[in-house]
Amino acid sequence: MPKWFLPAACVCAVMFAATPVVIAYAPFESTMGLVFKIFFYHMPSAWMFLLGGIVCGVASVRYLITSDARHDRTAWAAAELTVLFGLLTLVTGPLWARKAWGTWWVWDVRVTASLVSWMIAVAYLLLRRYGGPGSEKLAAGLALFGMANVPFIYISVNYWRTIHPATSVVPTLPVSMGGPLWFCVASFFLLFVLLFKMRVRLEEQRARLDAVYLSLDE
Amino acid sequence: MVCCGVFADSSAWAQPSEQTKVYTPISQLPPTEQIPAARLLVAAYSFVLVAVFLYVVTVARRLTAVQREVERLEADVKRTGRA
Repeated sequence: MPKWFLPAACVCAVMFAATPVVIAYAPFESTMGLVFKIFFYHMPSAWMFLLGGIVCGVASVRYLITSDARHDRTAWAAAELTVLFGLLTLVTGPLWARKAWGTWWVWDVRVTASLVSWMIAVAYLLLRRYGGPGSEKLAAGLALFGMANVPFIYISVNYWRTIHPATSVVPTLPVSMGGPLWFCVASFFLLFVLLFKMRVRLEEQRARLDAVYLSLDE
Repeated sequence: MVCCGVFADSSAWAQPSEQTKVYTPISQLPPTEQIPAARLLVAAYSFVLVAVFLYVVTVARRLTAVQREVERLEADVKRTGRA
């Protein structure tokens, strides 16, 4: 692991330990009250979910063009993080919605598109795990659909009538709410970077292991 | 029999009772009809932290296992002088 990894992991742990305190200082939203505080974990998770989809898609495009195994490893690592952060988003969302909307789930366009995107990432991992030789290219093609879905998820709330708030809400938040939110976004982003680095390292080690086995066979 | 079933079920189409017509602020509902926010909040935060922790543990375990195998094989290769 690189030298910066351990200090960055310590900073990330401290930031996550501080998030409940920072969130506690944020004011209550007038209609939702206490349950609104789920937003401070839900939205950063959702952003990292979309970031994972973009990284996986871009790396897959590069892999399809160059056939460089490094891009394939990057895409695989990003797909796993997409599944993780997608799961966090799809679990924290209904927990918030139960109180705020009075229901666990609605088939509104953003929720449905997010579920589809998450299932594409799960399909990517299943294909890599059980697809056998040649599944890398198939999975890379699948990742393109996942990436194409990302802007749709983001802007869908502006074009369809939906129960989700529009994208204009976050930029207009008061500092007392925006400050804690951006602190949580920074914490989740650092976590994403660290997990991504760990996961890519795992794929690098697997590639090294394959190389050693090949050299033994020759 | 079908008619009996339809008429027996007609209570579902009855007008709402006087109680449901009256507006009641959510804060004045009896505790049994309120959804507890604190429980949902704790569940959301706990799920995030537990899921991330479990993921870190699984990646660390997979990484350690692969690194050990690589080191073992490389040591074997050096010892036997192959490759």
